[in-house]
Amino acid sequence: MAHAQSGHGHTDAAGQSHGSFGSYAVGFVVSVILTAAAFWAVMSHTLSPSSAVATIFVLAVVQISVHLVFFLHLNFRSEQRWNVTAFAFAVLVVFIVIGGSLWIIHNMTERMMDHTPNGPLPTLQEQP
Amino acid sequence: MLGKLTWSAIPLDNPIEMGAVGLMGIVVLIVLGFVARYNLWLYLWKEWITTIDHKKIGIMYILMAMVMLLRGFVDAIMMRTQLAFSHGASHGYLPPEHYDQIFSAHGVIMIFFVAMPFVIGFMNVAVPLQIGARDVAFPFLNSISFWLTFVGMALVNLSLAIGEFGQAGWLAYPPLSELKYSPGSGIDYWIWSLQISGIGTLLTGVNFFVTIIKMRAPGMTFMRMPVFVWTILCTSILIMAAFPVLTATIGMLTLDRYLDFHFFSNDGGGNQMMYVNLIWAWGHPEVYILILPVFGVFSEVVSTYSGKRLFAYTSMVWATVAITFLSFVVWLHHFFTMGSGADVNAFFGISTMIIAIPTGVKIFNWLFTMYGGRVRYEPAMLWTIGFMVTFTIGGMTGVMMAVPGIDFVVHNSLFLIAHFHNVIIGGVVFGCFAGLNYWFPKMFGFRLESKWGTRSFWFWLVGFYFAFVPLYALGFMGATRRMEHYDNPAWVPYMWVALFGACLILCGIICSILQIVVSIRDRKQLMDVTGDVWGGRTLEWAISSPPPFYNFATTPVVGDAEPLWDAKQRGTIEREARDHYEDIHMPRNTGAGFIIAVFAGVFGFAMIWYIWWLAIISVIGIVLTLIIRTCNDDIDYYVPGEEVKRIEKAHFLKVASLETEKQHAD
Amino acid sequence: MPTDAVAAHGGHDHHHDHAQEQMDNKVFGFWLYLMTDCVLFATAFAGVAVNGHSYAGGPTGKDIFELNGVILETACLLISSVTYGFAMLGAYRHNKSQVMMWLAITFLFGLGFIGLEVKEFVHLVSEGNGPERSAFLSSFFLLVATHGCHVTAGLLWMGTLMFQMGVMGKPLNTTYMSRLTMLSLFWHFLDIVWIGVFTVVYLLGSMT
Repeated sequence: MAHAQSGHGHTDAAGQSHGSFGSYAVGFVVSVILTAAAFWAVMSHTLSPSSAVATIFVLAVVQISVHLVFFLHLNFRSEQRWNVTAFAFAVLVVFIVIGGSLWIIHNMTERMMDHTPNGPLPTLQEQP
Repeated sequence: MLGKLTWSAIPLDNPIEMGAVGLMGIVVLIVLGFVARYNLWLYLWKEWITTIDHKKIGIMYILMAMVMLLRGFVDAIMMRTQLAFSHGASHGYLPPEHYDQIFSAHGVIMIFFVAMPFVIGFMNVAVPLQIGARDVAFPFLNSISFWLTFVGMALVNLSLAIGEFGQAGWLAYPPLSELKYSPGSGIDYWIWSLQISGIGTLLTGVNFFVTIIKMRAPGMTFMRMPVFVWTILCTSILIMAAFPVLTATIGMLTLDRYLDFHFFSNDGGGNQMMYVNLIWAWGHPEVYILILPVFGVFSEVVSTYSGKRLFAYTSMVWATVAITFLSFVVWLHHFFTMGSGADVNAFFGISTMIIAIPTGVKIFNWLFTMYGGRVRYEPAMLWTIGFMVTFTIGGMTGVMMAVPGIDFVVHNSLFLIAHFHNVIIGGVVFGCFAGLNYWFPKMFGFRLESKWGTRSFWFWLVGFYFAFVPLYALGFMGATRRMEHYDNPAWVPYMWVALFGACLILCGIICSILQIVVSIRDRKQLMDVTGDVWGGRTLEWAISSPPPFYNFATTPVVGDAEPLWDAKQRGTIEREARDHYEDIHMPRNTGAGFIIAVFAGVFGFAMIWYIWWLAIISVIGIVLTLIIRTCNDDIDYYVPGEEVKRIEKAHFLKVASLETEKQHAD
Repeated sequence: MPTDAVAAHGGHDHHHDHAQEQMDNKVFGFWLYLMTDCVLFATAFAGVAVNGHSYAGGPTGKDIFELNGVILETACLLISSVTYGFAMLGAYRHNKSQVMMWLAITFLFGLGFIGLEVKEFVHLVSEGNGPERSAFLSSFFLLVATHGCHVTAGLLWMGTLMFQMGVMGKPLNTTYMSRLTMLSLFWHFLDIVWIGVFTVVYLLGSMT
């Protein structure tokens, strides 16, 4: 079965996308840049902490997308539809589990930690 | 050499436990004796242990579930008896440490080794048949799944004889379940039996999702699938999304216990609330994994025995999908009282109430299916009607507790116990009996006798109400769960009524056993000749009972949501064998699944007793077995078309001759 | 279509289509398993998120994380992802020797990653900063070690495939193509998880 060498990504009879040298090369170079940028954002200490946090998260999401497209060849073509659906659902569950846990635990911890202005009250033994 | 294992692990000083061990031993010896007497070793190995046939795997799951129902029920009777006597000066016959193991084992066994296997058994028996497929997507994985579950069950039962079971409830909350407060082997038995069987379940979820998505007969679009198949599709999604959370959470507890990690410990910064949060993030989808399949069973049963197409198929499907999604955002209602604020509690309270709505839609759809139909009150239908009443009541008490303010009063009281038994017994158990009566003829070729089936139903139904309505009242009166002794004399009569109810349920169980015995004895009269004993509407009834090992000689082409009913109306049912059948591709049986599971079981046992060298060897055994399996190219074969023709011809001949016999007899 | 697969099934086109279909189902099923692995890792990440500041008087991320080592590990994994991609390209060209070469290179980089990670763990434990020190360290070790165990399993799988195709001489038929495909999904997936790990654990952690 012959298949044409296109820019990046072409499918075989099974509907499995597979890449070309070009797609792996591009994916690699972009990933290196994104990784380097993330490490620089933290190690160079030039960004404020909150900017650095936002930056590395954005870079991570972008790099994950790059891997999905250029290495895993995930696309929206009909043969891949179920793979994308499954992935989208998994992402949803991940957000619910992590996000929900963070919200719940943070809420509970807030309500249980000591908020009095001068710290904990003296215990019975410490009272004069 | 043997880690922590010593002779003192056997509870020789505990007569009750030794009695139970003795009973188990006698049963095992009887079974082995039977096998030896009739020289069934080779038959068992070739036909059952190495099978990858979904029909046989389904039967094994259901058989295991029914046997474990007896074990779990013994735990229940012991608890009810204890509570009837243990008040004031008397402390009954069960000390707290023993009672704690009993309620923990009762929960674990009923959920993991009765309800789950029963439901997975039905998945196995019915789904490939209903979609016109020859087997599931991954038959070898299916065999692994069953044997891993079996091994998990074996470990729980082994804890009775060697060591102890956990005393921290069916979910083993830390810090009680940490090594410091549970230094014995009990929690470790809990950990490994759940981890091992959990992997089996996860693989089942993947297996059935792929089967339903990819292996439906041509023409069977999604909106033409039987509702049971829809519910299993959604159940598979729930399994895949939820079980990894259980694996990770139990894994964290394991690391705390074995390697002094600090996820949930009192010291080192551990957070026990995170365990409760994570375990219920799994736990809530889990109960929907249990109930969705039986909702599917009821849809099949109601339409078949009402002689009517299921009312509002589309809304049924959407209700199932809605329940699936919603079940991911309600889990906090299991721990309203753990200390979250009003905003968090309100969110989860509202989401919990919302999830009752699609369930209500389903109930109305079933009722409207019955309305105007010619209802036949076979046992499966009785179980269904019993379910509709009982589950609705249980659901309503659930909606009550969805209000955080109310939950603060009744959380962890006997009101809660009554609620979840109400929905699990009224829902899952009744549904499993309905499914058993409905699909038994397809599995074995003869139906279950209906007199004893009806008796069993009435004992269960009445027994359930006597056993659990008093618990609602006791919950309001302040009685908490998991207590083996109380001081309030006003509670005593309620406890006795509950014990009476449990005895009625015992009668129901005996009737079920008798039903099976009598049916086997009278199987000739109860034979399912045509394969369509109920006048069914879906594809599983289009083939013989039991089906040939390849299920369908030719893959059916589907044009309707009720393909068999449609074919009957059009008169397009095949009545004789074709001239030519294609060769059929079938997978070979293999012992690899069983062997992997045995290694997994040995691994679990070795980890429980700290026998590290044995644990390492078992892991190597699992890996090697898998690798050897993948090196094996001879894993499938073709059934020649001539052989298929021979089998089909024999079936049609039998049907024809028995029908002529019947005509002469009439 | 690979001719060896057709020959194995007696030359029936219909049989081969059926075999291809079964292999496609296997790859789809494996992708689903990877999605469940996502949820498993998510739970471990949740543990890190919740325990992120539970130092119990012990060291923080800033105290113990050596980002240079992390850069090296990341490089190993990223390069191994690309080299595996080249192995797959060889597979689609039915060039078994190309596949074997790139698999071997991937294996070496993967082994390098594991080696660096083990070195880091040994160093931490020897300084008394093992998982038993605090909840923060417990969740660090769980997430990173779970990832490391997955990589190790992948290496074992890779080694087995190389042995089967190299020493045992198995052909690049439908079966082995699908196994290579599944391992490729696995390997790239682990690199994606690592992006999450170095971002959330190491980079975020070393800012505290």
